[in-house]
Amino acid sequence: MLVIGERINGMFKDVRKAIQTKDKAIVQDLAKRQLASGANVLDVNVGPASADPVSAMKWLVETIYEAVDAPLAIDSPKPPVVEAGVKACKRPPIINSTDGSPDKMAALIPLAAEYKAGLIGLCMDEKGIPSTVDARLEVGMKILAACVEAGIEPQNVHLDPVILPVKFSQPQFAVSFETLRQLKTLSDPSPQLVVGLSNASQGCIDRHIVNRITLVMGIAGGLNEAIMDPFDTELMHAMITAELLMNKQIYCDSYIDAYMKSMGAGK
Amino acid sequence: MPVARVLDKASGQIAEVTIGATKANGGSRASVVKVGGETAMPFMFDDGVMPNAPVVGMEVWDMQPTWPDHLAVHYKDVWNNPVAWAAKCQEKFGAQMICIRLIGTHPDNKNFGPDDAVKVVKAVKGATGLPIMVIGCDVPEKDNAVLPAVSQALAGERALIGFASQNNYKTLAATCIADGHNILTSAPLDVNIGKQVNILVTDMGIPIERVIQLQTTAALGYGLEYCFSAQERIRQAGLGGDKMLAIPMLATVGYESWRAKEAKVSAAEFPAWGPEDKRGPAWEVATAVGVLLSGADILLLNHPEAVAATKKYVKSMM
Repeated sequence: MLVIGERINGMFKDVRKAIQTKDKAIVQDLAKRQLASGANVLDVNVGPASADPVSAMKWLVETIYEAVDAPLAIDSPKPPVVEAGVKACKRPPIINSTDGSPDKMAALIPLAAEYKAGLIGLCMDEKGIPSTVDARLEVGMKILAACVEAGIEPQNVHLDPVILPVKFSQPQFAVSFETLRQLKTLSDPSPQLVVGLSNASQGCIDRHIVNRITLVMGIAGGLNEAIMDPFDTELMHAMITAELLMNKQIYCDSYIDAYMKSMGAGK
Repeated sequence: MPVARVLDKASGQIAEVTIGATKANGGSRASVVKVGGETAMPFMFDDGVMPNAPVVGMEVWDMQPTWPDHLAVHYKDVWNNPVAWAAKCQEKFGAQMICIRLIGTHPDNKNFGPDDAVKVVKAVKGATGLPIMVIGCDVPEKDNAVLPAVSQALAGERALIGFASQNNYKTLAATCIADGHNILTSAPLDVNIGKQVNILVTDMGIPIERVIQLQTTAALGYGLEYCFSAQERIRQAGLGGDKMLAIPMLATVGYESWRAKEAKVSAAEFPAWGPEDKRGPAWEVATAVGVLLSGADILLLNHPEAVAATKKYVKSMM
């Protein structure tokens, strides 16, 4: 399971403050602690508050690289911000994200191809989030085909069936899980399957249990990546156990310890 | 139409372990062996690297073995003298490592104590410049008394000492850390237990680059296919990123092969089976090739012809 740590995001107050005051320590501490908690990739998002998101993104990426050498996921709805982040990366990042709209794909697919970056593709487009499995698959296939045509290998395409908050869009969960299961069969080798996990629990009082169960059900359907909170220990343990049950890891009595050690985490 | 070969690119790498320390590194060995470091299944050079060839170690016992004549004939002149035995393995048979097997410390055998074991180990250490490994008698209480003394006698030599098992690992792990050795973990053909023992010893503070693992070896005709599957699964998991299994493997090929009836009995008893002096070592080599192909990095062998044939096979595959 690829854990993309979500905490370096301007939506969080501490990160917003760090961006505004150029406080490197806050960002670097979050980077280190997320990796120590089992994250494999660090998501980087300047959030909505920054007046100059392009330079804020560049600053964030450079600041993180001063402290750790981990792959990053450059996260912004604005292609110029994404480009600034990708260019500042020392190693190929994951671009987070395009959707099926022609403008987005035209801006981000060539960028991903040029920098050998991974690309997250959301199964939605300029018309919104499709309400049926087939319509979401169609968008996923469109993104995957465009990526492959641009020379990006399917393994570098990360398709996201899109998970909406359960509080507001309850019927969509079944659609998302079925989409996930079918996305896996789009190509061989299959694309990576990712979700933005915390979205599931937006507005819920007990967010942890919703996130945890969403992740476990996703893993049962073939999910192999998530943008999530690695500081949520129960969530991490649920993930490790779900992967074990799916025969992705070899059992031993200390399998959680073994997983964390294999990730180089916990140091 | 040509079909492109599908390559298996691994995400993980097997740890590289060094056995033996030269003078420059605080020991007295003339040579050291390095094993592990693979990024592919054995000998699959298109898929990844196999930087270190598997090595052949030979056993020196602390008591006279009860081997069939066609094996014993090669050892009768030395088997009451570990020093001469080790020297013969090195000089005449081409061993790359010496494994001192303290079978005599077993309460049902000679019940040798720590002092006896230390005497043997020190003598062999002086007789050979090869890297040394030591295996206890696999009786926990006895090993816990003998192996720390042996470890201390070899301090600084970066030896390989076993066995650490799921229920008896603390004493050996602590002593290996104190004296700078590698540790040999063992499990009874059980991948889950094997992984657990590896975690337990690394939790004690042994770096992963100081661990070699053993899944009980099974000889041809006596479960070799189970051993093959267990080793293969371990290696695949290790290459897949499971660091607790990305550890070089050892196989006790000789010891197990020479327990097989097919290796032991004479042609006089079973004429159809052919001459035993060819059949015995052939049994050992067949087992050796099986464990090599499923990922073994260190093989312990007994018959000199098996040693020569196995080394030749390894060379041809590298």
